[in-house]
Parts: sequence; structure tokens; C-alpha cells
Amino acid sequence: MVSIWFFIGISLAVNGALILAAGLYQLVNPPENPGIVLYNLHANVWWGAVLLVFGLIYCFRFKPGRQS
Amino acid sequence: MTMAMLVAPRLVHLSAVDVIIIAFYFALVLGIGFYLRGRANTGEDFFMAGREMTAWVAGLSFLSANLGALELMGWAGSAYQYGILATHWYWIGAIPAMLFLALVMMPFYYISKTHSVPGYLKLRFGEPARALSAVSFAFMTVLMSGVNMFAMAKVMQIVLGWDINFSIWVSSLTVAIYVTLGGLRSAIFNEVLQFFLIWAGALLIPILGLYEARGWASLKLQIAQRASEQYVHLWSGLGSFTGNPMGIHWTGIVFGLASIISMGYWTTDFLVVQRILAAKDIRSAELAPIIGAGFKMLVPVIVILPGLLGLAVLPEKLVPESVAAVTGGHSYNDVLPLMLARYCGPGLLGLGITALIAGFMSGMAGNVSAFTTVWTYDIYRPFFNSEGSDHHYVNMGRWTTVIGVLISVGTAYLVMVREHHGLRAGAVQLLHCSAVRDSRAGNALETSDGPGGILGIAVWDAFVGQHVVMGESRSFRAALCGALASRQRPRTGYVSGALVFYSVRHGHRGGQSGNEADAGQRTDGLGIRVDGSSRSRERSAVSEASFLGGCGNRRFHRS
Repeated sequence: MVSIWFFIGISLAVNGALILAAGLYQLVNPPENPGIVLYNLHANVWWGAVLLVFGLIYCFRFKPGRQS
Repeated sequence: MTMAMLVAPRLVHLSAVDVIIIAFYFALVLGIGFYLRGRANTGEDFFMAGREMTAWVAGLSFLSANLGALELMGWAGSAYQYGILATHWYWIGAIPAMLFLALVMMPFYYISKTHSVPGYLKLRFGEPARALSAVSFAFMTVLMSGVNMFAMAKVMQIVLGWDINFSIWVSSLTVAIYVTLGGLRSAIFNEVLQFFLIWAGALLIPILGLYEARGWASLKLQIAQRASEQYVHLWSGLGSFTGNPMGIHWTGIVFGLASIISMGYWTTDFLVVQRILAAKDIRSAELAPIIGAGFKMLVPVIVILPGLLGLAVLPEKLVPESVAAVTGGHSYNDVLPLMLARYCGPGLLGLGITALIAGFMSGMAGNVSAFTTVWTYDIYRPFFNSEGSDHHYVNMGRWTTVIGVLISVGTAYLVMVREHHGLRAGAVQLLHCSAVRDSRAGNALETSDGPGGILGIAVWDAFVGQHVVMGESRSFRAALCGALASRQRPRTGYVSGALVFYSVRHGHRGGQSGNEADAGQRTDGLGIRVDGSSRSRERSAVSEASFLGGCGNRRFHRS
């Protein structure tokens, strides 16, 4: 059976990739009015990257073939 | 999904990537349900997740079953309103009881191989005790699911402007599908997923908040300037009722919250205990609550800290629901969404909203799966069909899940009707209370046998549990009617309702929320006189009011 941690990995990786992509898009095309505080920190870039890395680690560590 | 978004006022606005993240969450939980459908063919698989969960999975699921979105938003609001005192409900009001469950109660539950807490009561006191407990628990839990459903729909309406019917039906159908297909295993898997989503979605707020506030020391100074120095002290103001924003005394926290209330909830509520019963062996069953307790200690970081940060960094002053309803401003309970909107841009906002949705849906799924187990094993099998095959009971469990969700939907609409016509879902709160107290009574009267156990439950119902139950009833009513659910009347919110239990006091309502004070003047839709409990409380010589409460201190309650 596929491990629960693999599903966690998928969730973190996909969400991380989407958030990172949105952050990079904003980095390349800065909005005139970001609408958030501390926009200069670009939290969605590094937080997305963190989630993506953790997600990929979980996916690799608990991928179905490896589990069996 | 975007079609359902209304033009109604909302706290945040989602971008396309936010909507994709939310849609992905729904797709993933449904996918997990479909994947697990082939692994829920036996009763043991469907109702007990095969009793093969590791300590980590059981522990995180155990914690997630409690870590709903109402708790996240409600306690953040309470932290804004009362300061760091709200942390007591985690460190004092949960950790000792969770450890007690691990070290003392779990061996009893697990070795007995019972399927449920009512099943344990049957072993101890006999069939009538189980019947009484099971019936009350089944009604309570399925109706709780409906309340959760309505609360989620209302929050989504307030925060995102979504249509309330859309939220109710999408969430209920999703829960129905994945629990019906995968049973308890599917519910547990999704609860663990929810745990990670909550942390991923909420942890950024305290990180960025502390950065903006320039560290903890600076945060304390800012809170002291904008509110009171007592907002950042856990214990120093608890020596007197008037020395802290909440109007409570340390004896109430230690001997009431830690010793009575939390013990009752964490050791007997089948909704959370069921997750531990699914552990693969007794060592895992004992470790799981300890693991849960470890993470529970950290939850204030993503719940209490955002509330405190809101005190320091939000430009506007948040107010009670009663004031917000009149002025159109934001209430205490809006603090978490406001902080989310303050720091989270595209993508991160979607993740935060997903965390809230996941919390609500997990709560619903937990209630429905617990209802299914109790109905099938503790009501249907012993009293209607004791000769059925295992396959028959699994089918019964699947149908019960669907029916339970439909009842929940009906409850959600019942609460909505109440919102419009002023009716109170009195039956819901009574059933909730009776279920909790029944299970408590059984454990409290450990020395009794058979009829003695039943008598004990009845005695508990009649006398001992009265004051405890009234507190729960009030908190539950507040959950139903709280600020998360409505802005139509003066309300302070879910957790504020829970706090009422600790702040109600003889002849004094200094620490009560506006709606609770108002409640004393109204009559339930089902004929239950709300202030009847208040009167009996005031007459009581040794009620929890005098035991737990103080006389409040209005100077801490900012208007």
C-alpha cells in the first residue's frame, strides 16, 4: 500500500511548486500594488521552495516502489 | 468554483493560483478515498483502519481530529482578546490530560480490544450503559458534524464571499465520498494530510509577524503600549480575579481546566480516542498521545502568537462581534484571516485558506466516522441484527456514513434557519452534553457494576455533571451561534463561548461575552429556557462558577 507520507509529499510538492511559481512570476513582473506587508521578503518564493524541497524528499523517501 | 464566489463583502480575495491550490486539495482527498476503497472490505478495515496505524500516524491524526479550523480562528481571536492567557488551554488544558490518556487510559481501552468508548462501557457496566452512551454519542456526533459544516460555510462566506449552499454541499459530498469509500483509514490519512497543510499554511504568519514586530521583546513592548502588560504574562496576573484580562484565578486553571475539563474531553471523547484505537499495537497506542502532546505544545505558535501579533501590528483595533456588527469593522475572530491577508500573497493565501478548509472537513469526517462506528457496532449490531455477516456490517457502515452526512447537512440548514428566525438548536447542545457526561460518568464511577454504572450515569446526569454540562452547553451554543457563524447579533465567538465556562461567576457577568449575557434573556426555539442554567448556577453553593471563576476586571476589556 502507498504510504501516507507519500501523499503528504505530493501535497507539499505540488503546493510548493505552485506557490514558488506564483512568487517567481511576481518577482519577474512586480505588481504596482502588492497588497501585502513585507512584500520585499518575497515569502512565497522561499516558502514555496521550502515546501517543494520537503515534498520532494517525502515523495522520494516514501515512493511506492521503495516501500514495497 | 469561481462561479460560486459572490460579490458579498469579504476579507480576502483569491487569485487563480489560490483557487488551483484549493481545488488540488479537494482532488487529493478524493483521490485518497478512491485509492483506499479496496482496503476497506472488512469490518476491522472499515471501522478500525485495520488496527495497523503506526504511532506517528495515529498520534498526528489524534491531534488533527482536535485541531479544527474553528479552534485555529477562535483561539487566535481569544489571544487577541485576552492575550497570552489563552495558551493555558493548550499547555495546562491539554498536555496533562493527553499524557494521562497515554499512560493510564490507553492500556484499558486497547487491551479490551473495544471498538469504541461505549463498547468499553459495555465491558465495564453492561449493555444498558453502552446503549445509553452510544445513542447519546451517535446523535451528538452526527449533529456536531452538521454544526461544523455550517460553521465552515459561514466562515467561507465571511472570508471569501462564497455561497453558503455551495460550501455546505461541496464539503459534505467530499467527506461522504472519501469516508464511505475508505472508512476510518481514509479519514485518518486525510487528517494527517490536514496536519501538514495547517502547519504549512499557518507557520508563515508568526515568522513574518515576529520579523515585522522586530522580535519577541519588541512585541511585548508594543502589546503593553497598545493593550496592557498583563496580555503577555501567563501566570503573574492569576493570583486574583481582577489582575488579568480574562478575570480568572489560577485555581480555576489548575484544578478546573487541567484536572476536570481536559481530563474528561481527552480521555473519553471517542472522536479523538478512535484514532488511537486504530494503532497497530499497545506500544504505538501509548506513544501516539505522547506524540500528539508534543505537537500540541507547539500549536500556540500558529494559533496564539498570530493573535498577539495582531495586537501589535494590525493598524485597526478589533472589537467584539456586537460592536463589529454595528460599526462594520472587524471582530476579534477575524484576526487570523486578517493576518493571513496581511502577509500572504498569491499561492500562500490559497494554502492558508486550504488549511482552514482542511480543518473543517477533517472535523466533519472525524464526527461522521465516529458516528458510523458507534451506530454499527454499539446500536445496530446489538439491538437490531446481531447475526449479520462482516460484509453486512461494512455495508451498513457505508450507508450509515451517507445517512450521517445527510443528517449533518440537515443540521447545518437547521442552524441556518435558526440564524434567520432566532431558533436555538437546543437539542443539539443537550445531546452533546449528555454524550460527554455519560462517558465521563462511566469512567468516574469505576467501582460500580452493572446497574450501579447506569445509576451512576443517571446520578451524574442529574447532579454531578450539571454544572460541568452547563458550561459545555454554553460553549457549544456559542460555537453554534458564535461570531464565526454570524455577524447578525452581538457575539464573541466560539472560543469565547468556551471561555464563558471559566468566567461565569456568581451574580456577575464581567467576563462574559455579549451574546452569553443576552442569552439569559431569551428562550430556546425548542422551549429550553436559556437562563434557567444561569439561575441554577447562581444558586449553587459550590458551582464551577465559584470554583473556576472570578469577578472579572473590566479595565482589561477594551470596548
